[in-house]
Amino acid sequence: MTATIRTLRRWTNHPVGRGLLLWLLPAVFLGYFFYQPLLALFSLALKPTPGFSLFALNFNRLWRPFSFTIGQATLSTLLTLIIGLPGAWLFTYFDFPGKRFFKTLTTLPFILPTVVVAAGFNAFLGPRGWVNLALISQFNLAAPPIQFLNTFSAILIAHVFYNTTIVLRVVSNAWSGQNLRLQHAAQVLGASPWRTFTEVTLPQLKPAILAATFLVFLFNFTSFGVVLMLGGPQFATLEVEIYTQALYLLNLPLASILSILQLLCTLLITLGHNRVSGLGDLVSSPPARGITPRKPGKALERVVLFVILAALFVLLVAPLASLAARSFVKLEPTRGERGTIERGLTLQFYRELTVNRRGDLFFVPPIMAARNSFLFALITIGLTLTLGLMVGYAQQHTTILNKIMDPVLMLPLGASAITLGLGFIIVFNRPPFSTLRFPILLPIAHALVALPFIVRTLAPALKNISPSLRNAARVLGASPLRVWREVDLPLLTPSILISAIFALTISMGEFGASTFLVRPDYPTLPVAIFRYISQPGALNYGQALAMSTILMLVCAAGIFAIEKLQKSEKDGV
Amino acid sequence: MRMNLIPLLVVIFTLLTTACTPAFKSAETQSITVMTHDSFAISEALVADFEVEHGVKVIFVRGGDAGTTLNQAILTKENPVADVFYGVDNTFLTRAIEETLFLAYDSPLLAQIPAAFKIDPGNFALPVDYGDVCINYDKAYFAAHNLPVPTSLEALIEPQYAGLLVVENPATSSPGLAFLMATIAHFGETGYLEYWHALRENGVAVVSDWETAYYTNFSGSSGRGPQPMVVSYGSSPAAEVLFAETPLVEAPTGSIIGPNTCFRQIEFVGILKNAPNPDLAKTFVDFMLSVPFQEDIPLQMFVFPVNPQANLPPAFLEHVDTPDQPASLPPELIEARRETWINAWIEVVLD
Repeated sequence: MTATIRTLRRWTNHPVGRGLLLWLLPAVFLGYFFYQPLLALFSLALKPTPGFSLFALNFNRLWRPFSFTIGQATLSTLLTLIIGLPGAWLFTYFDFPGKRFFKTLTTLPFILPTVVVAAGFNAFLGPRGWVNLALISQFNLAAPPIQFLNTFSAILIAHVFYNTTIVLRVVSNAWSGQNLRLQHAAQVLGASPWRTFTEVTLPQLKPAILAATFLVFLFNFTSFGVVLMLGGPQFATLEVEIYTQALYLLNLPLASILSILQLLCTLLITLGHNRVSGLGDLVSSPPARGITPRKPGKALERVVLFVILAALFVLLVAPLASLAARSFVKLEPTRGERGTIERGLTLQFYRELTVNRRGDLFFVPPIMAARNSFLFALITIGLTLTLGLMVGYAQQHTTILNKIMDPVLMLPLGASAITLGLGFIIVFNRPPFSTLRFPILLPIAHALVALPFIVRTLAPALKNISPSLRNAARVLGASPLRVWREVDLPLLTPSILISAIFALTISMGEFGASTFLVRPDYPTLPVAIFRYISQPGALNYGQALAMSTILMLVCAAGIFAIEKLQKSEKDGV
Repeated sequence: MRMNLIPLLVVIFTLLTTACTPAFKSAETQSITVMTHDSFAISEALVADFEVEHGVKVIFVRGGDAGTTLNQAILTKENPVADVFYGVDNTFLTRAIEETLFLAYDSPLLAQIPAAFKIDPGNFALPVDYGDVCINYDKAYFAAHNLPVPTSLEALIEPQYAGLLVVENPATSSPGLAFLMATIAHFGETGYLEYWHALRENGVAVVSDWETAYYTNFSGSSGRGPQPMVVSYGSSPAAEVLFAETPLVEAPTGSIIGPNTCFRQIEFVGILKNAPNPDLAKTFVDFMLSVPFQEDIPLQMFVFPVNPQANLPPAFLEHVDTPDQPASLPPELIEARRETWINAWIEVVLD
């Protein structure tokens, strides 16, 4: 007995042994819920069948979507960084009225289903959107001057809309937590502000910027709804091709090959990122004092601030606002006269949401959908944080195991929702795990998508915890649990809370896997929204927008609550 | 205050475990499982009646859209989760039959159903409802511009209708595919590409899905877009009346019902091979073909019942125009040529 304990202790003290133990649970989770269904689908779909041969494949069919995917993802990521980095700087250094509210608003795009975002952009920039209507009446134009939908720029702008929040959150978190003493030292030694920035600040921010770039790139790489709905039929990413092949041509072999190609790319991107970011080298720094945001001072500062805020507002908040506004407005065409539309305020769409007019069995009261979405999101947060922290600690030391496991962990980011969903259906159709009787499969799928994200968010923070602090605590006689609670936890809290926000938003907004796995008696908000917008009729359209506004509110409430934890944390220390 | 996270985690785990518990409650009463796509809808009361009458619980599993759901059924055919599968249409019928998804069932109610709907001679798949994919037009636009509403596919390539039609990509949308097949039925496999070339020259707008086409591009919907004609469903005008913001007397849109302008889709139900409860499944299939269910169909799913004994609701009689000559193609031909048609279409219209 004592011998086992001693062996166990020796194992937990040795980095490799501890790594193995910490990896155990995440590895089992990924293996069982991700790799098993995926392999099952591939082996079933790629079974040699007469009439299909790998060699008969037209490689143009693969190359076109592939090159387009890479191109649009690169451009979108660059644009997102151009918008996001100044934003992160602003959120780090400055305080302004309504900052927290604004920050929450910038996170909301992440949750919205693309159908709704398309409606939002349509309400904002579409032929009858607020902008075009204003321009038409201002300049007496015959046709709407801005052509937005079904263009390449629509794809780029929507990607910026969706992903800027990743850069904002991840980078500004690292920026606020960075060690100011180094900067002061540089300044004392006579370095110019620019030199201090490029030689001290930037290297410290590098891991966070690279992590954000990596995540944004992968999200753009696997983009589906944006390309399909806002870009239109001229554009197809790999993910769109997978969808077409699997759903409209029922060509599962080709869909599987495209999925494998997409997974291989994800693997390569992950390996590339690890190489440049040097995953594993510890930046040991003394405890950070951090940056306290202040009010903008000089006139120039105020102007810069205003410009950045205005850009963020137009790109991230205006489409959301147009959407919410549209859910309170009725547009009645005057009989026979095209173009003249009477406007009136109405709460009708919200009232109708609670009425089951047709006695439909699948009717979803909004409260129920919100409750389900929230419950699934909480489970997702719990799962991802537990597993994410385990992985984070396992990755503290550079070992062969970590080098192997990291890409294994990142692959779910590159898996198409359709492939994963079909895989789930094949494997989990018998108790105890059956899509039919086991509603928790949905948050498990959400956790698979969120986990790589959470690991990448936690990693920079974990790297920055100085081992000397833990050693000091240990020397002073603190138990391992106490060391974790009193040293690690306070330093990790901001990153844990951001991870929770990401897990919440990913789970709340996820639609692809949800359509497969959701049970009719546990519908989520995005599923309910889709039920309305897929039917003709002014009321259905209005109700879809009203339901989306509710989704935004519920999610904003969740983000607010999580950030409140952080605030009380700060007050407490 | 730094203890905040621990109670949070505790709460999360309690929720986690409680969320799992209902999963393990086993069903004491007999149950029947129906797999269907997410456009399926039915009145609560009707299901309740069926459950009471037969002492069973009906469970519905919805697997995404029609294509996804069929894929699921095919992938799990050795070990099906459901007893009954509803929602395969004539464009995918041959695939389902070739995959031997269903058990044959000669329902006594088939006698009431017109022969035109009974496409599957083996009765593996039984017809339930039908609907037409048609071009909808914005009545106000045509009135304001003194433009006659086109009545044929040929008319759509006339210069006066340039830029007025929006269609969906057949590779990503089922109404888009249905409309492509209407043009193939009308112009034949030799002529349809030429027609699409002319449509393209005439400025046809193409989008990816029905939602965008209808709510973003079509001027007759709440989206108020630029095109007054859209590929949608024959029943959409009735939906515009039933789901209007303020009560309407007349539908704001109409359907173009010339020869072959509409493509007829028939939806089928089948009993899954290896189904856990084949006898209950037969009872449920009979129920779907019986008058009460058939009369529930129009206002729940906006399609027509195949059983002529079912009465149609007034909204349908008033606002839905049905084509005298809807387009159709043999299911075997569709199965064999679908991919070729779509790829050729992409080359002519998109590239």
